[in-house]
Amino acid sequence: MTDTSVPTTTRKDWASDQEVRWCPGCGDYSILAAVQLLMPELGVRRENTVFVSGIGCAARFPYYMNTYGLHGIHGRAPAIATGLAMARPDLDVWVVGGDGDMLSIGGNHLIHALRRNVNIKILMFNNQIYGLTKGQYSPTSEVGKVTKSTPFGSLDTPFNPISVALGAEATFVARTHDMDRQHMMETFRRAHEHKGAAFIEIYQNCNVFNDGAFESITAKSNRDDMLIPLEHGQPIRFGKEREKGVMLGTDGRLHLVEVAEVGEDRILVHDEKNDRGLGFMLSRLSHGPHEPTPIGVFRAVEHPEYVEETDRQLLAAQSQKGPGDLRALLHSGATWTVE
Amino acid sequence: MSPRNKGVLVSDTAERTAPEELDRVIIRFAGDSGDGMQLTGDRFTSASALLGNDLATLPEFPAEIRAPAGTLAGVSAFQVHISDHDITTPGDAPNVLVAMNPAALRNELPKLEPGGTIIVNVDTFDERNLAKAGYDSNPLVDGSLKGYTVYEVPMTSLTKQACEPLGVKPRDADRSKNFFALGLLSWMYTRPERPTLDWIEAKFGKNELVRDANVAAFKAGHAFGETAELFDHPYEVRPAPQKPGIYTNINGNTAMAWGLVAASQLAKLPLFLGSYPITPASDILHELSKHKNFGVRTLQAEDEIAGIGAALGAAYGGHLGCTTTSGPGVALKAETIGLAISLELPLLIIDIQRGGPSTGLPTKTEQADLLLAMYGHHGESPLPIVAAYSPSHCFFAAIEAARIALKYRTPVMVLSDGYLANGAEPWLLPDVSTLPDISVEFATTPNHVDDDGKEVFWPYLRDPETLARPWAVPGTPGLMHRIGGIEKADGSGNISYDPDNHERMVRLRAAKVAGIAKDIPPVEVTGDVADADLLVVGWGSTWGAISGAVDRVRARGRRIAQAHLVHLNPFPSDLGDVLRRYPKVLCPEMNLGQLSKLLRAEYLVDVRSVSKVKGVPFTAGELETAILETLDD
Repeated sequence: MTDTSVPTTTRKDWASDQEVRWCPGCGDYSILAAVQLLMPELGVRRENTVFVSGIGCAARFPYYMNTYGLHGIHGRAPAIATGLAMARPDLDVWVVGGDGDMLSIGGNHLIHALRRNVNIKILMFNNQIYGLTKGQYSPTSEVGKVTKSTPFGSLDTPFNPISVALGAEATFVARTHDMDRQHMMETFRRAHEHKGAAFIEIYQNCNVFNDGAFESITAKSNRDDMLIPLEHGQPIRFGKEREKGVMLGTDGRLHLVEVAEVGEDRILVHDEKNDRGLGFMLSRLSHGPHEPTPIGVFRAVEHPEYVEETDRQLLAAQSQKGPGDLRALLHSGATWTVE
Repeated sequence: MSPRNKGVLVSDTAERTAPEELDRVIIRFAGDSGDGMQLTGDRFTSASALLGNDLATLPEFPAEIRAPAGTLAGVSAFQVHISDHDITTPGDAPNVLVAMNPAALRNELPKLEPGGTIIVNVDTFDERNLAKAGYDSNPLVDGSLKGYTVYEVPMTSLTKQACEPLGVKPRDADRSKNFFALGLLSWMYTRPERPTLDWIEAKFGKNELVRDANVAAFKAGHAFGETAELFDHPYEVRPAPQKPGIYTNINGNTAMAWGLVAASQLAKLPLFLGSYPITPASDILHELSKHKNFGVRTLQAEDEIAGIGAALGAAYGGHLGCTTTSGPGVALKAETIGLAISLELPLLIIDIQRGGPSTGLPTKTEQADLLLAMYGHHGESPLPIVAAYSPSHCFFAAIEAARIALKYRTPVMVLSDGYLANGAEPWLLPDVSTLPDISVEFATTPNHVDDDGKEVFWPYLRDPETLARPWAVPGTPGLMHRIGGIEKADGSGNISYDPDNHERMVRLRAAKVAGIAKDIPPVEVTGDVADADLLVVGWGSTWGAISGAVDRVRARGRRIAQAHLVHLNPFPSDLGDVLRRYPKVLCPEMNLGQLSKLLRAEYLVDVRSVSKVKGVPFTAGELETAILETLDD
């Protein structure tokens, strides 16, 4: 009998021998720490864990994990991870990338990996800027962003990543931020437990090219008033005294209200499994990290997982026709014999 | 009998002479793209294959889904060459043209041999259709077909008559007229009826009315041939002498798909295909999608890049990863090919070449992606290339490419083209037990001791023989490692920007691919090997036309030799010696001279190029002329 119990590990076991080379003060460090701290708790094996990435600062992530890792090419990590997950359902496949990697050059692969519901966990580090190419605006940068490539201000409407993911039929969609390790770990844990594709947007500070982009909502002093925690089954309330809340108005829209003014009964109860667009409406509550912004799991629903379905068809074909017989295949068309 | 004879049914069977024996015949079926000409040609081919003829086919159809009916743009044609001896091409000029409408006649007539036979569906030669085809006057009556043997057969009305008792509406009956044509030709060339009738039953069994209409049309066509006082006698093309064994009729895309399944079995690795539909490669995706019981996983990806990305991900996970595409798709995959070269993982990229650049001629054939395959990725990026030369050879090319990919841990490009993909030939089925074992072993243990005396795994520590790196798949305890597109330190595989290391790695990757030359067969030269005045060197689908031309030129008493390359990178080790052995070297290609350019650069030999870039294959006749001109030059 082989030993099937998972050996106990510590954070150290999950750190590779490679020197971490992000800019000092980069938000990526805290995300890396959250992942390395979480892994021993998940009860998974290092050899069965794979990190796949594209290109960008965030995409260096696999080099720092003492697991299997593939640092791919710009934007294509979800595609590479899809093939790996299909080939090897036994693996725990994580995808790491930034907002440029995932929403710009790799936007197509991201939405298709999500709609297929491949069992991969996508961590998108959003710093609203291109870091590795030294400071151009990104698909999540605010309109008017002045950068080297937009000296007169950018004109592009930014993506709302949560809306994009929900629009792509993602079955697990969440947002967290690099200033709250516990929240990150809890969100990653939920993603890991989810069967299917999980998309997590992580607000991450780039202290070199876009410092303080999220400060107005993630700084400790601002969080109570600016972050709206989403908890399944709980009324959506925020503020130091939970005095504010989200209400579904008779006009069909969500409103930020004072709980005392409307009454507790009117406060919307968060339902991750709501499939009629409430998650999407929540994603539209804020446009940019300067106004109260929902944080947590927007959507977590069960839906057939792609790889399981692929293998189900495979097994069905094998039980119907038996395992493939090469000779039979070659003789499966019309044949004739020459004596 | 007058060639202007109208097709009139007579009441009793006229006495006929026995079939006249022909050694070969080339028939071209042409009609509107809604007329089912590809199907008709395909069925005629199958019946001929079952009869034991050697054969070669050339399907040609428009890129448009459906051009307006009756127009020149909508003409779809299928040429089949059947013979009682070994043939290698669909033939130069057709002997028989079956034209279902005026547009088909106008489009295809220039291809017909002088004095050839024309069978037209006379029902369609009305004013409207003649105008659509751009005829000022009816060619059937204005004398412009003088010199040809013309049979006017009212196929549409006879089909309708035959279907009427079944209760088939005239408009629906019209759709069966291709089976009338098939029946007629089947009689004319004494093809067996049973395979076609069985096929109709299998295909349309669920829709009885369609099945019965097609059977009725087919039988009516056959009976018409037999009873109409139109044809003196049928013809017969005897079976070709062939090696004993079991044969099937195969086209290149099916052979390629089966070759991939075979490679997966021989490698004992599951097959993974990541692909995006593109003409003329899609049929490989279709075929492989059927074979889930072989453990084949297929992903119809969101784009070409995702197709190869997923295949590479599967290869990383220990599957036989494969992507199929055509030229424009290869361009999109270029960056991922570069990544695969850097990761040094096995991966198959199958390019079914078509006319380019850009969308070019999507349904037509060309072999102009050789330089793309060789150089179409950034940096110093050596990529082995294997080229299939006939429909059935696609099967073996897939296995050979997989062998190289797996043994040397490298992506490999397989080149086929639209002509091979859709063209069919009889194939003596190989004995499965004779196929090579291409199995590989994954790394399972550490392979290096670090400075601290600890056993570690170095993903880029190479096999000294092949220079291949170990393949450790995720899930293997103790061998965790990180790979990626950033330059790797020789051995450890850690990121390295060291200038000397980069040059060493560039040279190592090049040496690894160059070293494959030791592992491939020497050039096979045929013909007047010892004393030829000229060597014809080629690659890919031109093999058939070149072989036909070489035979003809040698039959004239001239001394020439032939070499056809399967491995295009690296070239066989003795290729330079072979090229230098002959006073003249000629290289026919369906491009503007890509292989000849490579050969000139590599071996400093004055290779002369013969080019054809028309979207249709060379004919043996064209190459016969080119060879004779070069010999006499």
